[in-house]
This record gives sequence, C-alpha cells and structure tokens, in this order.
Amino acid sequence: MTDGGVLTTIRTILARPSGLVGGLIVGAHILVALLAPVIVPFDPALQDVKAILQAPSAEHWLGTDRLGRDILSRTLMGGREAMLISTVSTIVAMAWGSILGIALALVGGRTDAIVMRSVDAMMSIPWVLLVMLFVAVLGTGTAALVPVLGFSYGLSVVYLSRAAALDFVARDFILAAQARGHSRWSIVRTELFPNVRDSLAVQGAMQWSWILLAVSSLSFLGMGVAPPTPDWGQMISDARGVMQLAPWALIWPMIALSSLVIGMNLLVDAWAQAIGVDRTRRKVET
Amino acid sequence: MSAPLLEARGLRIGYAQRVGTGPRVIDDVSLSIGRGDSLGIAGESGSGKSTLLLALMGVVRKGLVAQAGDVTLETRALLGQRDEDLLDLRGGRIALIPQNAAVSLTPTLRIGAQIDEALRRHSQLEALARRQRIAELLERVQLPDPAVIARRFPHELSGGQVQRAAIAMALAGDPALLLMDEPTTGLDVTTQLALLDLMIGLRQDRNMAIVCVSHDLGVLAKLCDRVAVMYAGALVEEGPAERLLSQPTHPYTAALLNSLPTLRHPGLPGAISGTPPLPSDLPSGCRFAPRCATATPECHSARPLLLARTGGVFSACIHPIADRKMLKATAKPPAFAETQTVLQVGGLFVAYGRRHGLARLLRLGRPNEVVTDVSFDLRRGEILGLVGESGSGKSTILRAIAGIQKPAAGTIVLTTREGAVTPLPGPMGERPLELLQRIQMVFQNPDSSLNPRHTILKLLAQPLQLYGRVPAAELRNRAAALLDAVQLRENFLDRYASQLSGGERQRVAIARAFAAEPDLLLCDEITTALDVSVQATVLRLVRDLAHERHVGAIFVSHDLAVVRAIADRIAVLRNGKVVEIGKAADVCERPEDPYTRTLLGAVLEPEVLQPAEGAATGQLR
Amino acid sequence: MLGIVVERIGLAFFTMVFIAIVVFAGLQAMPGDACTVHLGRGASDTALASCRSRMGLDRPATTRFFEWSGNIVKGDLGVSIQRKKPIAEIVGWRLRNTLILSGVAALMGIPLAIFLGVISGLRRDGPLDVGISSLAIFGMTVPEFISGTLMIFVFSVTLGWASGVVMAGYKAPALDLVRASILPAATLTFILAAHILRMVRSSIIEVLDSEFVLMARLKGLPRRQIIWRHVVPNALLPAISVIGLTAAWLLGGVVIVESVFNYPGLGRLAVDAVADQDLPLVQAIALLFGIIYILVNLGADLLALVLNPRLRTLRG
Repeated sequence: MTDGGVLTTIRTILARPSGLVGGLIVGAHILVALLAPVIVPFDPALQDVKAILQAPSAEHWLGTDRLGRDILSRTLMGGREAMLISTVSTIVAMAWGSILGIALALVGGRTDAIVMRSVDAMMSIPWVLLVMLFVAVLGTGTAALVPVLGFSYGLSVVYLSRAAALDFVARDFILAAQARGHSRWSIVRTELFPNVRDSLAVQGAMQWSWILLAVSSLSFLGMGVAPPTPDWGQMISDARGVMQLAPWALIWPMIALSSLVIGMNLLVDAWAQAIGVDRTRRKVET
Repeated sequence: MSAPLLEARGLRIGYAQRVGTGPRVIDDVSLSIGRGDSLGIAGESGSGKSTLLLALMGVVRKGLVAQAGDVTLETRALLGQRDEDLLDLRGGRIALIPQNAAVSLTPTLRIGAQIDEALRRHSQLEALARRQRIAELLERVQLPDPAVIARRFPHELSGGQVQRAAIAMALAGDPALLLMDEPTTGLDVTTQLALLDLMIGLRQDRNMAIVCVSHDLGVLAKLCDRVAVMYAGALVEEGPAERLLSQPTHPYTAALLNSLPTLRHPGLPGAISGTPPLPSDLPSGCRFAPRCATATPECHSARPLLLARTGGVFSACIHPIADRKMLKATAKPPAFAETQTVLQVGGLFVAYGRRHGLARLLRLGRPNEVVTDVSFDLRRGEILGLVGESGSGKSTILRAIAGIQKPAAGTIVLTTREGAVTPLPGPMGERPLELLQRIQMVFQNPDSSLNPRHTILKLLAQPLQLYGRVPAAELRNRAAALLDAVQLRENFLDRYASQLSGGERQRVAIARAFAAEPDLLLCDEITTALDVSVQATVLRLVRDLAHERHVGAIFVSHDLAVVRAIADRIAVLRNGKVVEIGKAADVCERPEDPYTRTLLGAVLEPEVLQPAEGAATGQLR
Repeated sequence: MLGIVVERIGLAFFTMVFIAIVVFAGLQAMPGDACTVHLGRGASDTALASCRSRMGLDRPATTRFFEWSGNIVKGDLGVSIQRKKPIAEIVGWRLRNTLILSGVAALMGIPLAIFLGVISGLRRDGPLDVGISSLAIFGMTVPEFISGTLMIFVFSVTLGWASGVVMAGYKAPALDLVRASILPAATLTFILAAHILRMVRSSIIEVLDSEFVLMARLKGLPRRQIIWRHVVPNALLPAISVIGLTAAWLLGGVVIVESVFNYPGLGRLAVDAVADQDLPLVQAIALLFGIIYILVNLGADLLALVLNPRLRTLRG
C-alpha cells in the first residue's frame, strides 16, 4: 500500500478535475521547457531592427517586441531559466529546512526556542527585502540566486516541517519507540519520516511555485535572470513601456507565467486532498 | 394510555448519495414515549443511537438523509420540516442535553447569555425576571454561586459544572421531553452519580419525559424505566428496564450484559466475538447472526421482526432466549501461586513541571499533577490495579516506572527473570536496552501508539529485532505466533493499523508488548477507548498472558469494576496518594478507607443480573 | 491578562532585537561588506581600506553592532554611502508614503475580505462561493507585478480612468498620495483580500460544522441569530491573529507594487538602493520592514486578546 502508494496517489490526483487540469498545464509547461530549444522558430535573443513592435503575423505568430525579438520564441524559452533556478533552490530549501525542522521538533527545549526565535526574526523581513539584502552583497545571476532563494525559502520549510513533525512527536508511537530503546536516528527514519514524507512533498511543490514567482519578480525588478537569457518577468518589465503600442508583447509572458503558477496550485491542491481523502477512505472501507 | 408524547414510526436514515439510497445508519426504528416516561437507548459505538436521538428532534446530520418514516411530537411532525417551522418546539417542548457540553456551548458567550437566549425564545418573561430565572435554573442544577457562574464563559467551568450549565439551558424552555446524549460520559464516577441523582430529581419535579442514550447499561438502569437496545442501526430488544436486564430474550442483549464487568460478580466477563457490521456491509438476515452463538441458517436469511415476549418485552430474534437464566461466565481466576517479586516501588514522588521550550514560552502546560510518597510491590504473574479519578496521579506513577516521567524522589527496583535486582535510573534515556526490554507499556489509545505507516508485521518485528535479534527469515513466523497469542489471524500481518477495528488494534499493541518478553507490563487505561464487548476480550488476553508468561502487570483504570475483574490486588489513589491497597476482593468487599467506599458507592451496574453457577456459554470465543 | 500583554510586548521587542542581530550578523557572514559592494569588485586595496576606515568598518564586529543598534534606538540609522546623507532623513517621508499605501490597502482589503469570506463560507459550494473562490485563486497565485501591470493596462491605458504611474513626489501632501495610491492599493487589496477571504471562509465552514452551532439550532434559535451571535464571532475571533500575520507577510508585495507604479515609498527606495549598491540603506529598510511586520502582528495579537474571551480569561 505504501509501496503502490505513488501510483495510487497519482491516480487519485488526476481523478479530480482540478488535479487533471493542473496536471495538464504543468505537464505542458515542462514539455515546452524541455523541447523549446528545438522548436522555437527564431533565436529568442535575435534583434531585428526591421521588425520592431510588429503585430502578430504569419512570420511572427505572436508579434515582436521593441527590439524586434520574436515573442513566441521568447515566451517558449522564457520559463526555462526560472524553472531551473526554482528547482535547484527548492531542493536546497527542502533539504536544509526539513532536516532542521524535524530535528528541532525532536530536540525541543531551549535549542528549539532559540532557533525558532531567529527563524521568526528572519521571516519578519519580507522575502523581497531579505533577498535584496543578499543580492546587494552577492550580486545577481543564477549562481547567486540559488543559495539566496534556497536559504530564504528554507526558513518557511523549517517552520512547516517542524509543525508537521510536532504533530507526530506528540503521538504515543514515538514515545513507545523511545521507551523500547530505539536510537534517535532510527526513530526519525522509521517512525517519524514516513509520516511527514507526504506533507513534505506537497510542501516542496508549493515552495517551487513560490520560488518561481520570486525569481520572476526579481527578474521584473532587474535583479533576477539577466539578458540575453529570455525570462517572463524580464519580458513583462520590458514590454511595460510599450503596452499601448504592443500589448501582445505584454500579454503572452503574463499568460505563460500565470498559467504555470495556477496550474501548479491546482495540482498541489488536488494532491493535498488526495493524500487526506485516501487515508480516510481506507478507514471507512475496511 | 393517552396519546404518546413523541412517536417515531418506521424511521430510516442513510448516507446521502447522489444516486439511489445510501447505506442505512438507522433502519426501520419505531419508538413511542408517553408523558413522564423514561426510555434508555443502549448501544455500542456505531449502533446509530446518537443519530436516532437527533432524529427525534427532527435533525439529521450533514451527509445523512432521512429516507423514510416520521417523528411526531404531540400533533406536530418534526422530521423533514424547515428549521424555521420548529423554532417554538426545539428548546421549548423538546430539549437536548449534549454529550460534551464543553464543545456544545458557544465559546464567546457567557453562560447566562446562552440560557437567556433560550428564555427569550420560549418564555414571555421580562429582562429582570429572566435574570432571576437564570439564577434559579443554575441553582436548581446545584451550581454554586449562580450569579458568578452566569457571568462565566464555558471554558472557565469544570467538566461537571459545564454539563450542569447545559442542563440548566435545556430546562429553560420548560420542556415536556428531555433528550440526553451520553450525558455523563467522560466525567468522574462521583460526578456522574451526582448528576444522575440530579436528573432523577428534576424528572420527578417536573414530570418530564426523558430519552437517554448511553453505552453504559448501569447509567440507563439507574435513570430509566424502559430500555431499548440498538445494534447496527436497528432495535433488537425493548422492554421494562428491570425485566430486560435480568431476563434478556435477545442473544445480543444477553451477550452485552455478559460482557459487562461488575463488582458483584467478579471475574472476567465474557466477550462477544467479531465486530459489529458497517452500514455499507450489513448482513442480509439478522444483523447479529454472524456473531451469535445460537444462530441457525434461517437467522442468516430473514430479518427477524420486533415481537412481543412475556413481561412487556419486545425482541427481534427467531430463537429468543426463553426461561433461561442469565449466563454469567465468570471464569474464576487461576490460583495465584508465584511469590517472586518483580517490582518494588518505594517512596515515589513525582512533580509535573511545565513543559519546555515553546510550550513554556507560550505558557502552555499541565497543572502540577503530583504523586506523593507512593510505595508498593508487585510479584511475578500478578496484576495490580491502580484506580482513581482524574488527577489522582495513577497514570503518572505508570509513566515514572516506564521512565517517561522523571521521579523527584523514591526508588524503583526491578527484579529480572534471572533474579538480578536492579534499581532503575529515572529517565529512560539512562536505562540500558536490557532494562528497557524488561518493561513494556501499552497505551490508552492504539490509534496513537501504533505507527499508521507500518504494517502489523513491521510493528511486531520492531521489538523482535531490537531485543531478540531475530533473523529476518524467522520474523514472519514469530510475528504470526504473537498474533495467535492475541487471537488474531496471520493474514493481519500485511495490513495497516487503520484497517483494523479498535479492539484488534489494541490487541496488536498487546502482542507488541509481549514480543519483548518483558518482566513487567504497564497498561494505561487500555480499554477506555473500547466498547464493552471488545473490552472483555482485551481484559481476558492481558490476564491470561500475564499469568502464563509470568509477567507482573500494573493495570491503570478509572473504572473500578474493570479493575476488580482483572486485578489480583488493587491500590486506590486519591490526589497522588495511595489511600488503600490490598487484595482485590478485600478492597472491593471490605473497604477500609472512606474514599474507597465513596468510589464503590458511585459504581453503577444493572443490579438485576442473576449468576448461573459454573456456566460457560457459547458466547465466549 | 496584563501579564499576557506584557509578555507579548516583551516577545515582540525580543524579536526586533533578533532582527537587528540577523540583519547585522547575516551580512557579516557574507563575503563582502558595504565597501566592496559600493566600490565594486575591481576596487583597489587602498581604496577599500580608506572606505572602511571612513565607515568605521575596520573595528571589531561586536563594537560596531552595539554602536549601530544603539544609534538605531536613538533614531539614527546611519549614513547612506551613495547619497551621503543620513538614512533617517532619506527614509522618513518614504516611510510615511508606504504606510499610506499599505494603510489604504488594509482598510479596503480586510473588511472586504471578511465580508466576502463570511458570505462564501455561509453559501458554501453555491454559485456565489464558487465565483468568489475562483477569483481568490487568481489573487493568491498571480504575482503582484502581473496584477499591477494588468491594472495599469486595463484601467489606465485602455479605459483611461486613472493615471497609471504615480507622478507625485515623495514629499507630496498625504491627501495627494492617497489619491495617487488608488491603483497600487487596489492591486494590494486584491491580493490581500484573496488570502484573507480564503482563511475566513474555511473558518466559517469549520464553525458551521461545530457542536455548539448544532446546539444553538436545537435551542430553537432563528438562523439569523445563530449566524450573527454564534457563527461569525467564533469564526472571526480566532482568525484575527492569522489575519494580522497574513497582512504583515504581504507587506513584501508593497516593494514590488511600488516599483510597478513608481510610487515614492520605501520599497522603491530599496530597489534603487540595490541598484546603487548602497548596502547601509538596504539594511536599514529591511530592518524597518521587519519592525513594521512585528508591530502589525503585535497589534493583531493584542486585539485578539482584548476581543476573544477565551484568550482574555486564560490566566487572571
């Protein structure tokens, strides 16, 4: 059941309308991101002074921007860098955040209180400013963004994984394992982790979409993905000045980014419900 | 007899489904309550008794739907009406006392204001008169200082007080019929007794009719003239309380009574095998047939009707028990022969501080529950019962012995199977694995003590691997043998705890404790979360395993009758002190301490059981 | 109750001290300081050294921390490297402007969110609820820079109702700024309301399912009275501190919204300061935002304490 669980869970997610729609959107995005370099009609960075701010046409399906770059090509390619940064940052955030969070839940006492106070303090600074503080020192670019975002977003992972673990630390089976004399590590590994694994996975997916938004927002502010690499946030920022003349340059990256984030949220919603529902249904049926 | 006050006819309630009719929770139940009558509805969890009670007020919970039948109060139909059309009846002519008043009173409103709402609705009194009436009501339910209580919020009252406040609120509309849903469950026995006496007094004062739902036959026997027994959504037997409880005609009623531990017939009660069916999976014939010892093939094919028997009793059984005395299976405890001491507790003091860390920062924490100068010893194969009300420190003593709670002072000395005498270090972290193995604990709630992510095999394998270093190839056989010892089949090994019933889960927890081959077994209210019929099986297992395997056991419970049934010796605790300790029979039959006498006096049991000498019944497994 | 109030205030104060330590120590731990940021990577050692001695960066970290935090308490936030002016002076007006913007957003967003949340909770799964909840999903997922840009596109460029970009200077009179902040505040309101209404909705649904609401029904109370006396207070009171937390958390959005609309507040200043590589200024703004966050939270906590009898009467 736990082994066949992954497939069962996927099936339950896709059985819900929100899960299916979300899954299709996210799947399409991933596919496009992987295939984009092969399928784009133009080099996304190619500037064409003869084709500035062109409306959608047979040659440029979605039109061109103020530097004559092809919007379709840029939109197809524009998610790659941000998605890559999000993926790596999410792994970093989940890794340190969940290890620290679970450890704190188990250790408790003064250590827990002090560490959580400092996590609280850091989370009091809005994420944009926290990231900007780091960006100011470390500079921008993918290499700098990953540790910065991995750290900043790991803070909330600490919080959430600690809460998830605390839910179970209070249960008698942890106490029973301690009273039996199992080592701390074996309690974490065999008693605690299997119980928090699912909610951590859902958390990871959620964090991924938050980080994606953060990367795009930073690109919009000029602190994220730097040209010539195309990026949705950057494209939107770029097209703002000409939105009256060339709304197409603005709309497509907006749709691309919004659909990915909404799709991810729908998927995560269905996933969270699937895990919950699955458990209760099992109880009723037997 | 005049027209009944309330009548329910052919009531059917089932799960709401988009297509067709869903599984039934209440099936074809008819009831009639006359003015001033008192009817008790007995049933185990899942029998549908609470759903039935709500339906008597015309309410069906979300997710359920009334499929057929009607409920009439005097001349008014209650079921299927809009709430707006019943405003004058609900809380007026018919009122309900909820199971758990602490969550049934609105947290943001003062007690007085909540009673006032009912008075405004159901009386013509002016503001000043209402205030006086509130004070009268609170005084009538014997709450001290009514003016103060009226200004309190629900969370500021104790469990017994808030239950009384809920009674006062129910009385505000001067009801002709009072419904009660497990009105005393969760309260200490002495509080329960006082509340029941109050209810009896109120009923006499006002000539109210009452319908009381409870799993506790003792409560119903005290409070009600008539009793109806529910099983799997249907009434199986109904009749005058005295007659029904002394000469049940339905095998389920008989088995239920048989599974009830009582003080007057000490010894282990008889269990009912199997578990009640789920609404989605009801047997086609008699619903009790799969668990019934006297069932015949026709029992499995046709639904028996509720038919009149002698003595005003109605029962739904093809083979009613006739002219038979109640068979009370009281397997006498085997002679207790062992003399080797396994545990000595001397001068134990435990103080509960506030918790650490965040909890302390947020000022959460339990009140100081203190154990003061507790000493006792325990022999191998002996079962010591620790009994007391909430806050008596009984569980704390257990936790101190297990090393979960560090004692402030005192000694805990363990004598192992091999004869080694070892004083135990306080916290479990300081105890070596060999010592931890010797002491195994079974917790109150198996939902919480069994990891939901492990199969039963994995759960049982854990102690085997940890202590016995049992090779992987042998694990399955050893685990199956353990399951067999707790009378569970081998095919449970690959299931998860959530796929088992409550009683089965607790048996797995017991098997896991015995997997360690301990010297000492600690049982913390292990049957509290279980139905009586299931409780009997668990009690029997613990008793037999402790005796067979020469394990000393401490059995903590709030229920004196349960402790009397299982324990060889009993220690009575009050406010962290042992007020009396001695042989079970001595403590229960010749109590010396006044508090023990109070506790014994508060135990309610159907007093009309007739024992049959040396009988063993087919109801036993 | 006084004890709890004092405790909450004390806790808030400690968190502020923690923020100061984090902002200071966090930067200390990173490879680089205000001078390397200001002068860039190619700066010569002598230039760095002179910059550091000018900024006092050559002294031990603990000395500098106590000096820095001591000055903050006195209202001195240090000196901006780029602008060569006291930070307090630069920040002052813009802090006011940011407070105006977020104040307008909170005043519009919180009541609106509570209203919509209560309605959609009471009409769970009805058409109104489905509509409101779907809109809320957009508000919760679509980032500020997109919804802000869309607002400009729709209301300013297409409909011409309001000016898209704020023209007011940072010293403009408060009333002018309120007028100028309509679109940016609407953007923030949309996001804020989406988050809060979802919370209120689920709180209402939970309370509707509670035993005490069933009990009120069994007492014969009319639906209107049940909802207003039993459901709504019990759904909203526990949500107060969470609403505060969410509102404070969404302050982050202010930074981006200010940049989208060119609104002269702290957030845009922070973006400029990063571009100017003015580390002390970024540091000061981060600290200020942290303090605002703590204060908003503290306010919500104290409000909850005053209104919720459960908390109020917890201990004497």
